[in-house]
Amino acid sequence: MNFDFSEEQQMVRDSIARFVQDDYDWDTRKAIVASDHGISRDNWKLFAELGWLSIPFAEEHGGFGGNIVDLSVVMEELGKGLVVEPFFPTVVLFGGLVKRAGSEAQRAEWLPRIIGGEVLGAFAYVERQSRFALHDCQTTATRSGDGFVLNGEKVVVFNGEQADHLVVLARTSGEQSDRDGLSLLMVDANAPGVDKMSYAMMDGQRVANITFSDVALSADALLGEEGGALPVVDAMTDEAIIALAAEAVGIMAVLNAKTLEYTKTREQFGTAIGSYQALQHRMVDTMMAYEQSKSLLFKALCEYKQDPATAAETIHALKVLIDRNGKHIFGEAIQLHGGMGMTDELDIGHYAKRLMMINTTFGDGTYHRNRFIETAFAA
Amino acid sequence: MDTAYSNEDLAFRDEVRGFFEKAYTPELRARMRSNHKEGAEEWQRKLYEKGWVAPNWPAEFGGTGWTATQKYIYETERSLAGVPNVIPFGLVMVANVIMAYGTDEQKEYFLPRILKSEDWWCQGYSEPGSGSDLASLKTKAERDGDDFIINGAKIWTTYAQYADWIFCLVRTDNSGKKQEGITFILIDMKSEGIKVNPIISIDNHHSLNEVEFSNVRVPAKNVVGEIGKGWTVAKALLAHERTGIAGVADVKRAVRVIKEVAAKEENGGQRLLDDPGFQQRLADIEVELMALEFTELRTLATQAAGGFPGPESSLLKIKGTELQQATQEMLMEIAAYYQGVLPVDLDPDALGHEFATDARLSYMYGRAATIYGGSNEVQKNIIAKYVLGLE
Repeated sequence: MNFDFSEEQQMVRDSIARFVQDDYDWDTRKAIVASDHGISRDNWKLFAELGWLSIPFAEEHGGFGGNIVDLSVVMEELGKGLVVEPFFPTVVLFGGLVKRAGSEAQRAEWLPRIIGGEVLGAFAYVERQSRFALHDCQTTATRSGDGFVLNGEKVVVFNGEQADHLVVLARTSGEQSDRDGLSLLMVDANAPGVDKMSYAMMDGQRVANITFSDVALSADALLGEEGGALPVVDAMTDEAIIALAAEAVGIMAVLNAKTLEYTKTREQFGTAIGSYQALQHRMVDTMMAYEQSKSLLFKALCEYKQDPATAAETIHALKVLIDRNGKHIFGEAIQLHGGMGMTDELDIGHYAKRLMMINTTFGDGTYHRNRFIETAFAA
Repeated sequence: MDTAYSNEDLAFRDEVRGFFEKAYTPELRARMRSNHKEGAEEWQRKLYEKGWVAPNWPAEFGGTGWTATQKYIYETERSLAGVPNVIPFGLVMVANVIMAYGTDEQKEYFLPRILKSEDWWCQGYSEPGSGSDLASLKTKAERDGDDFIINGAKIWTTYAQYADWIFCLVRTDNSGKKQEGITFILIDMKSEGIKVNPIISIDNHHSLNEVEFSNVRVPAKNVVGEIGKGWTVAKALLAHERTGIAGVADVKRAVRVIKEVAAKEENGGQRLLDDPGFQQRLADIEVELMALEFTELRTLATQAAGGFPGPESSLLKIKGTELQQATQEMLMEIAAYYQGVLPVDLDPDALGHEFATDARLSYMYGRAATIYGGSNEVQKNIIAKYVLGLE
């Protein structure tokens, strides 16, 4: 039994924490979010140089060969800084699909470019009607000669504005909600027939609704088995949910620390508001919510590291708990900061908004509670 | 014990319903969104012409003279029709204070102007250092002949950027207990020395402000009530603010909207509205709401004779704002990924769910409801002290 982080993991953690502290202060982040492209390409290059983009990829492709714990360390620290550069969409989603579904040739083509910071990627999977059911897919890829023709629309594509390349989930056979017949296709975001409508999200992300109109794809655009994409996507999603949970835990830590500090310094009725027992108990509750979230994250990490197949139940539970405790913690952070917590100027509300988007990504608490019930009560 | 409507009540309900259908046009609804100030003023003028802009004022000042039941019917119909409340700072807050404590001259000048929405009001209570501990306020008013000279700053002042007048709590005396020496005064926002600094809130909108006063000269005749007795006035006003804050009718409407949109939202072939987990959460809200409606009616019934509500109105504020936030949270959940979309100059339908922007705005700004009007923590202190007698 050992919940310690390795020396290497500690070094990665320190390296990101130092970056956030020295080069990603609140004003810097605000300026990046408000800039034309909403991210800093210089930062992205730096992330590549520091090796962060290589963490979850195999050494044979130039990766660090890291496991889920390594990835979660990165996500937790990026979360603490509310880093908007598209690590999650490019490395975890786009890279996560290439490393799982790609042929040896495709992996050799794409992974070194991701690791080197040369490509920004996105995974286009949400449709207007799909909500959290990824297999509810109307976008079609039809065989045409040697290749495919892609038609349809994806919405709220994370990093959709900046991505050079997209992995698109499309139906190659079957009916709209069939679990079979889905395929992954690598699409150049600037190819003819690809149209983007970009917009900003409340957590600082730039996303896009992307339409595909008779986009011609060659046979080697296919990533993985034709018609067999869903299990691969589900496997990637499990890793992505754990990564998001780690980011959320990082955010919770920051919110609790900032709120605690505020209640120690903000004086009302002649004393620090933190001296009131009613508030003390509430901060004890948020501290416990954080510790519980972290514990379940650790359980998911241990199980997933051992064998991803054994982690399904815990991953649903984790999403439920992160949703509930996230809302609890950011709600108290805003409330205890009073009017200040309501301002756009203070970072508290921005941490809250990121937690809200984390909660909804790949299914919210209500959705995963149902999946948990299906899994855990099945016997 | 009886809440059945009489035939007159039913006829009144039909009249109210018909009026809202006709008068609150889609154009007006759109204008409320695009230019809130103009939209709100236009709507309040329509209500004034109908004679309904001030249901809670006594008839002698231009109120409706409605019974408690009629007020309840009006509020229910207003909310069901999706019609927003009037801006409360003039019509609800300062008007009540002027009616109760004002001089004849103040009543004659201000009340008709408030009724006609000729003046836009804002509230100068909180200060950067005085939030929950309102009585510690420091904005100073020094006597200079027939005037007071005001120096200091107020914060979280909603719509100060539009306001013609601000009602303020200022300190006229430092010598006694902090609750003593506070004075309630009306200040013309066009006075020299007032500066309004915008505060952007977490809904990315500008409704809050900081208002700075540098040697602002205000006639002493603008004091409402006695000099140094402003705390009594303020407490009475806050009790009024709390009652309105319960917003039972608006939560009812939110529940209806939740059911409408959740019926359209599908997840893997199942309507979200049919999801047992979703149903249970919504049911919990509705159960609590049904009770709150009657808690509010009981409070209204004891107040039917008139006068200011007492400390029990704190209960309405706490429960009401908790339920508001619970419904706002459910709407965000229904919006799923779209909850985070910031408004762009595009057809909302091009982006996704039409209700998502409203959901985000009310959810984010709704965080303030448990903070303003005396935070819910302060409301619990009030109940503990004045209702339960705990010191």
